[in-house]
Amino acid sequence: MTTQLTIGFLPLVDACLPILAREHGFAEAQGLSLSLVRDMSWATVLDRLLYGHSDAAHLVAPLAIATTLGRGRPASPLAVPYVLGLNGNAITASPDLANAICPATELGEPTIVGARLKQVATERRESGQPLRFGVVHRYSSHNYMLRYWLASCGIQPDFDVEVITVAPPFCADALEAGEVDGICVGEPWNSVAVERGVGRIVLATAQIWRRGVEKVLALREPVLEGRRDDIERLIRALVAAARHFVDPSNWDANAEILARPEYLDGSADLIRRAISDQLLLCAGGPTVHFPDFMFQHREAASFPWVSQAEWLYTQMVRWEGGTIDADEAHQAARVFRPDIYRSALRGTPEPLPGASSKVEGSLQSMTSVGMEQGVIFLDNNSFFDGRAFDPDDLTGYLAALR
Amino acid sequence: MRIAIVDESATRAAVLCEGLSAFADCDLFVLTERRGLVARIEEIAPDIVLMDLGNPSRDVLEEYFAVSRALDRPIAMFVDDSDDEAIAASIDAGVSSYVVDGLAPHRIRPILDLAVRRFNAFARLQADLAEAKGKLAERETVDAAKRILMDSRALTEPQAYAELRKTAMNQGRRLSDIAEAVVTAHKLMGGAA
Repeated sequence: MTTQLTIGFLPLVDACLPILAREHGFAEAQGLSLSLVRDMSWATVLDRLLYGHSDAAHLVAPLAIATTLGRGRPASPLAVPYVLGLNGNAITASPDLANAICPATELGEPTIVGARLKQVATERRESGQPLRFGVVHRYSSHNYMLRYWLASCGIQPDFDVEVITVAPPFCADALEAGEVDGICVGEPWNSVAVERGVGRIVLATAQIWRRGVEKVLALREPVLEGRRDDIERLIRALVAAARHFVDPSNWDANAEILARPEYLDGSADLIRRAISDQLLLCAGGPTVHFPDFMFQHREAASFPWVSQAEWLYTQMVRWEGGTIDADEAHQAARVFRPDIYRSALRGTPEPLPGASSKVEGSLQSMTSVGMEQGVIFLDNNSFFDGRAFDPDDLTGYLAALR
Repeated sequence: MRIAIVDESATRAAVLCEGLSAFADCDLFVLTERRGLVARIEEIAPDIVLMDLGNPSRDVLEEYFAVSRALDRPIAMFVDDSDDEAIAASIDAGVSSYVVDGLAPHRIRPILDLAVRRFNAFARLQADLAEAKGKLAERETVDAAKRILMDSRALTEPQAYAELRKTAMNQGRRLSDIAEAVVTAHKLMGGAA
C-alpha cells in the first residue's frame, strides 16, 4: 500500500532531493508515491502548501520562519524536519562592477571584494545612483547572506545600496537591462547570466558562511503531526537521494534528470556543473572547482539545527530594525524539528547529532562532535568575518552586529 | 475602483477583463508585460490587483507591497480569517488577489468571486481545447493506420478499420493506441508516414 505525498518546488538545482527520491525509486522503497508540483514563485509554492494543494514544499528557510511568525500574512505554523541543502548560491556582478571589485577572473576574497565594493557603493550613492542588488525573495538566505556580507564590510544595505527582489529566471535579464548591478541567486541562474556574458560570479555564498542553511523541507505543523509516519519515511527517502546525489558516478545521469522539462527545464551541462561544484566564473573562462559549493549530505548536512533557525530569526529582526522578542524567538526555534529527523533515522547508518543546537561559525577546522548514533567530524563552518553565533544570547549577538 | 489584472496570458486577462467590465465604476488595467511591472503598478495605484498563480513576478510584487506598507496605501493579500474560504477558492482557481487596506469586503467579494469563476471557466475551456486537439490527432492517426493496412494488405477501408478494432479488443487496448503502433511500426520499416 503506497501513500501519496505531493511536494511543491521551484525549478532550482537544490530541489534535487525530492526529484531524485521520486525518479530513483527511493520514495517507492519507503512505500511513498511522490507527485511534484512545480511553480514559478515562492508565493505560489507557499499558497499551495497553506491551502492543501501540497503536503510539503521545497522552501527558502527564512520564509518558513516568516510564515510561522505571521510576517506579511496571518501566522500559520510551519515545521521543518529536514534541511534540503546548505549554500549553493553565488553573487554575480555585472561585468562593469565585477571589474571594479574583483579584477582577476577568479572567486574573490570576501573582505577584499567587500572593501572595493564599499568604495564603489559610496561613490554611486553620492552620485544619486546607488548600486542595486537583486535577491530572490525578501525572506531568503540569499537576502540575509548578501546583507551579512555587505554590512560586515561597512556597506549599509537600504542606505548605501538597494536590495530588491528579482525572480530567479529573470536575474540574467535584470543584469543585462541594468536594472540591477549584482544578484545573489542559486544555480543554474548565476551560470545562465555568465553564459550570456551579462555577469561574472565574484563570490560563492559559502565564502560568506561556510555552512549556511539554504532550502528546507517545510510542512504545515498539523500535517506533520497528522502524517508523522509518512513524513519519517519521506525523510529516509530523501537521505537515500542525498547519498545518490553526492556520488560522482551519478552526476551525469542526475543532471539529465534534473534538466527535464517537468523539473528544471534547463541545461544539463549547467546543472552538472553546479552539482559537481564546478563554476564557470565568466563567459569563455575556465571552470573553477569550489569544494562544497552545494552541500547536501556529509556532516549530517540535513539535520535541522535549531541554532540555524535562531540565526535566521536574528537576521530577520536585524533587517526589520526590531528587537528580539522571546516568544517569537521560541516560535522561530521550534520551526526546526531535530526530534522528527532523529526519530526517522534512528537505527539507520546516518549519524545523529546528540545536541539540537550548536554555536554556529565556531569551527575553524575539522572537529569531532558527540553523536547519539555514529561518528561525525564537522569541518570549518565559520562566517567570513570570524564572528560566531551563540544561540544562548540572541540579543547580545544582534547588538554586536549593530 | 481601480483594478489591475496581471497575467502573462493575454487571452485569460481579456476573459477576466470582459467579466469585470460589467461592474459599475471600475477602471480596469491589464498588465501582460513582465518588464517594468512594479513601476506600472505604482503608476496605476490600484485598489485591487488580480494575478495568476503561475506568474513568476508574484514574489517581486509581494515585496513591493510589503515595502509600500510604509506608504499611505498598504496592500495585503486578501486574507484574514473570515476570507479563508474565498482565498482557498481563488487558490484552487489559480488566481491571487491583493487589496488595499480599508476596502470594504462587500466591494471585494463580488470581484474576487467573478475572477474565480472566469479563471475556472478559462481552465475548462483550455481542457476542452486540449481534449479536442487530442481527439483530432487520434482520428488522424487512425486514418493513417487504415491507409497503411489498405495499401499493404489490399484491404477495403471498412476491413482495415475492423482489423484495427479487432486487434484493440483482443489486446484490451484503445483503438488509437493500436493505430499509433501501426503507424510507428510502418515508419520504422521505412514507409512514408
